[in-house]
Amino acid sequence: MNKATLLEWYRQMVLVRRFEQKCAELYQLGKIGGFLHLYIGQEAVAIGSIGARREQDHVITAYRDHAHALAVGTDPKFLMAELLGKATGVSKGKGGSMHFADVKRHFWGGYGIVGGHVPLGTGIALAEQYKGTDAVVLCYMGDGSTNIGYFHESLNMAGVWDLPIIYIIENNQYGMGTSVERASAVPDISTKALPYGMDPRKVDGMNVVEVYEATNAAIKAIHDGKGPQFLNVITYRFEGHSMGDPLRYRTKSEVEKWREDDPIGVLEREIYAKKAASKDKLEKIDEEVEKVIEEAVDFAEKSPFPSPEALFEDVYVEGQPA
Amino acid sequence: MALITMRQAITDALREEMRRDERVFIMGEEVGVWGGTYAVTRGFFDEFGAKRVRDTPISEMAIGGVSAGAAMNGLRPVAEFMTINFAFLALDQMINHAAKVHYMFGGQIKCPVVYRAVGGGGRQLGATHSHTPDAVFAHFPGLIVISPSTPYDAKGLLKSAIRSEDPVLFIEHHTLYQIRGEVPEGDYTVPIGVSNVRREGRDVTLIAYAQGAQVAMEAADQLAREGIEAEVIDLRSLRPLDMEPVLASFRKTFRAVIVEEGYRSYGVGAEIAARLQEEGFDYMDAPIKRVAQYEVPLPYSRELEQSALINKDRVITAVKEIL
Ligand SMILES: Cc1ncc(C[n+]2csc(CCOP(=O)(O)OP(=O)(O)O)c2C)c(N)n1
Ligand SMILES: [Mg+2]
Repeated sequence: MNKATLLEWYRQMVLVRRFEQKCAELYQLGKIGGFLHLYIGQEAVAIGSIGARREQDHVITAYRDHAHALAVGTDPKFLMAELLGKATGVSKGKGGSMHFADVKRHFWGGYGIVGGHVPLGTGIALAEQYKGTDAVVLCYMGDGSTNIGYFHESLNMAGVWDLPIIYIIENNQYGMGTSVERASAVPDISTKALPYGMDPRKVDGMNVVEVYEATNAAIKAIHDGKGPQFLNVITYRFEGHSMGDPLRYRTKSEVEKWREDDPIGVLEREIYAKKAASKDKLEKIDEEVEKVIEEAVDFAEKSPFPSPEALFEDVYVEGQPA
Repeated sequence: MALITMRQAITDALREEMRRDERVFIMGEEVGVWGGTYAVTRGFFDEFGAKRVRDTPISEMAIGGVSAGAAMNGLRPVAEFMTINFAFLALDQMINHAAKVHYMFGGQIKCPVVYRAVGGGGRQLGATHSHTPDAVFAHFPGLIVISPSTPYDAKGLLKSAIRSEDPVLFIEHHTLYQIRGEVPEGDYTVPIGVSNVRREGRDVTLIAYAQGAQVAMEAADQLAREGIEAEVIDLRSLRPLDMEPVLASFRKTFRAVIVEEGYRSYGVGAEIAARLQEEGFDYMDAPIKRVAQYEVPLPYSRELEQSALINKDRVITAVKEIL
């Protein structure tokens, strides 16, 4: 892995981390409302996999979607504006935290209904196959989503039709308070790819390089005619499911143990081992990120709220009266 | 009598029914170890154990259908959808199966399942998590649809639902969990399918249910200060729908405003207005008004979302238009 790439991933992962921490702060202040799901602990998953994506490839995910938007390159200020419910937000203030999208960057959005986007991602892949392009879809979902009918029907169809899609399981080992063991008859999520003719790959989700390599290999496998791909990426969310999670279902020591594998720490060690940068250099990146976040908040705060008429806009493409 | 919240009233009804009847059990997402995402079943897992308080995977189709199957085979399941928005995934099991088996098999099968679900907008949860789709479910014969507005009714109606031989959807509006009301200690039931006069008045009839009834009551309070006496009828259940108190009131006031949080088109208000003109045409002195959610998906941004929802001012305006 070249040094510049490692540093770019470091920057992106710190950006996600700081963005999420700022969100938590703004939520406590009542500036962000609704549900807020943080990606802290899981940064290597979105950054590593989207790091492997080519410009033409698509991204679609669930409500824990901030990192994916940042990874595809959406300016954080438009995301922060969305969170503050402003007209300048990526979804014009109508979506909120769970519903970022930036379609010109092929990011089709975050979706709040568990598993609801899995058929959509599969359909986006169908369209690429239909059009005869080489683009693939990165379709993210949580471990808990593998228990919903949408998952099974979509993977089967993708298998039958050989669709160009990579199902990326962000396996943080819990769906809200329910551990994989308590929710899935087969606790090894990889086995769920087998009935649909996919060859699953288990990936260390705390290691951005590994996630990158696995995604790269999956894209190549699709191009080699091996059909849809399945990555079971093992990770952990350091914070609650969403804001206000009483955290009764796991122990402090379990969380502490996982924090030792903090993906940013893992990457830092890799950077030092490869002599890719000095501590000073990383601190400088941290400071730059800090500035980006401040500017984003500033932009969001100064942006206007949607006009009252905006309520009725975009219900239909053709603007039919409701 | 004790002054308790609606949340507590629902919790009490569930606990008392589970203690009373071994066949009653709960299944749903995060109902056990977590204690319910709205804290309705907090402590249940410890009291009743994993057999009767069953955490499910995120599998709404199966929650809707497995509970129905268990009900067909003699149990009394209370299946919880974390929110009513997710019950859409189970529509087929609820409508094509639970609500049909009794009729379709000539009365051989009973399906006494209770589906509980939280609904309503106003919390900045965005378009998919803010539905008030009560009318959708009430459209289909075979399913009972209840949505109470007071702690007293919530407890008494939930007990009736659990004891009912038919499938019931019990909809709880999130804004009402915190409201308090007088509830007697111990066992009582409120019959399903009986509308209730929550406030008497001679000038206009406000017809509502659930959160809409709360809004109607607030509007009636303010109207009273202006010398306008509104009668407020709480439907309590949408199917069966008890029109008698509504018609009795209309024959007295000659004017009606229907208040509901759902959309106006094809909604509860549409049904009530149609029945009023069918059954009370001679008493109609003014157009029947409907106050409902604007016809847009609910947006995230706070003010924008609030502007789409019902409130007491919109009810008052509607009343004044027909007085
Ligand atoms: C159909 C549906 N059911 C329930 C929910 C409530 N819910 C939101 S997130 C979640 C847990 C999802 O877990 P997982 O797929 O593992 O993703 P994670 O949150 O861990 O990233 C649940 C049950 C929902 N949004 N949609
Ligand atoms: Mg998970």
